[in-house]
Amino acid sequence: MTPRELFFWADAVVAVLTAGMVLLHRNAVVCALSLVMHLCTVAVFFVLLDATFLGVVQVIVYAGAIMVLFLFVIMLLDPKGEGVTGRMGNIQLFVTLGAALLLVAGILRILPALAVTNAGGGAAVPEGFGAIRGIGEALFSTYLLPFELASVLLLVAMIGALFMGKKEIVE
Amino acid sequence: MISFGAILLVSGILFAMGVVGVLLRRSALVILMSIEVMLNAANLAFVGASRSVGSIDGQMFAFFVMAVAAAEAAVGLAIIIALFRQRHTTDVDQVSFLKW
Repeated sequence: MTPRELFFWADAVVAVLTAGMVLLHRNAVVCALSLVMHLCTVAVFFVLLDATFLGVVQVIVYAGAIMVLFLFVIMLLDPKGEGVTGRMGNIQLFVTLGAALLLVAGILRILPALAVTNAGGGAAVPEGFGAIRGIGEALFSTYLLPFELASVLLLVAMIGALFMGKKEIVE
Repeated sequence: MISFGAILLVSGILFAMGVVGVLLRRSALVILMSIEVMLNAANLAFVGASRSVGSIDGQMFAFFVMAVAAAEAAVGLAIIIALFRQRHTTDVDQVSFLKW
C-alpha cells in the first residue's frame, strides 16, 4: 500500500465520521462545524486525485462561503435541538435504514467489475493535470456556454433569495 | 495509485449517509446540510472518474455542481428564513400543510 493510498483511507475514515456527526448530532451548530470538517476532507480527496485547483475552490467556496451562510442562518434562527428519533415512527426508521443498506449493497455489487477494469489505477496524466491553467482553458473554450449559464443561474438564485428574505411578503 | 473502485465505495457510502440524514432528520437546516453531503459525494465520484479516465471533463462537472450547490444553499436558506418568520419553526413535520 503506497503512502497515497494510506492517506486516502485515513481521510476516508475521517470523512465518514464527520458525515456521521452531521446526520446524528442534536445541536445544529455542531452539525454545521462537522460539515466544515467534512468538506475539508473532501478537499483532501480532490488534492489526492490530482484536482488541486478544485480542492482549493472547495475550501474557499464550500467550507468558507457556503458554510458561513449556514452558520449565519443558524445563529439568526436559533433552532432548538431536535434529536433524531423523537416522534419518528419505527416504519420511517426501517425504511431509511433499508434504503441506505440497499444503496451500499448496490455499490458493493458493482465494485468487483470496476476493480477489474481499473486494475492499473487509472490512466497516466500529464504534468499539471487539474492545475489552474488547464481548468481555465477548458472553462473558457469547451465549457463557455455552461459557464455563462451558471453565472445566470447564480444571478437568478441571488434575486430569488433576496425576494424570499424580504419582510413584506409575510402577511 | 488509488483505484476507481475505492473512490466509488467511499463516495457511495457518503451518499448513503446523506440520504439517511435527509430521511431521518426533521430540522430543515440539517436536511439542507445532508443534501450538501450528497452533492459532495457526487463530486468525489466525478473527480475520481476524471482521474481514472485521465480527462479533465469530470473536474469541470464538479465545478458546475459546486455552482449549483451555492445557488441551492442560498435559495434554500432564504426559504427557511421566510418559513421561520411565518411559522416560527424549522421542523419539517410542522410545515406539512401541503401534504394531503
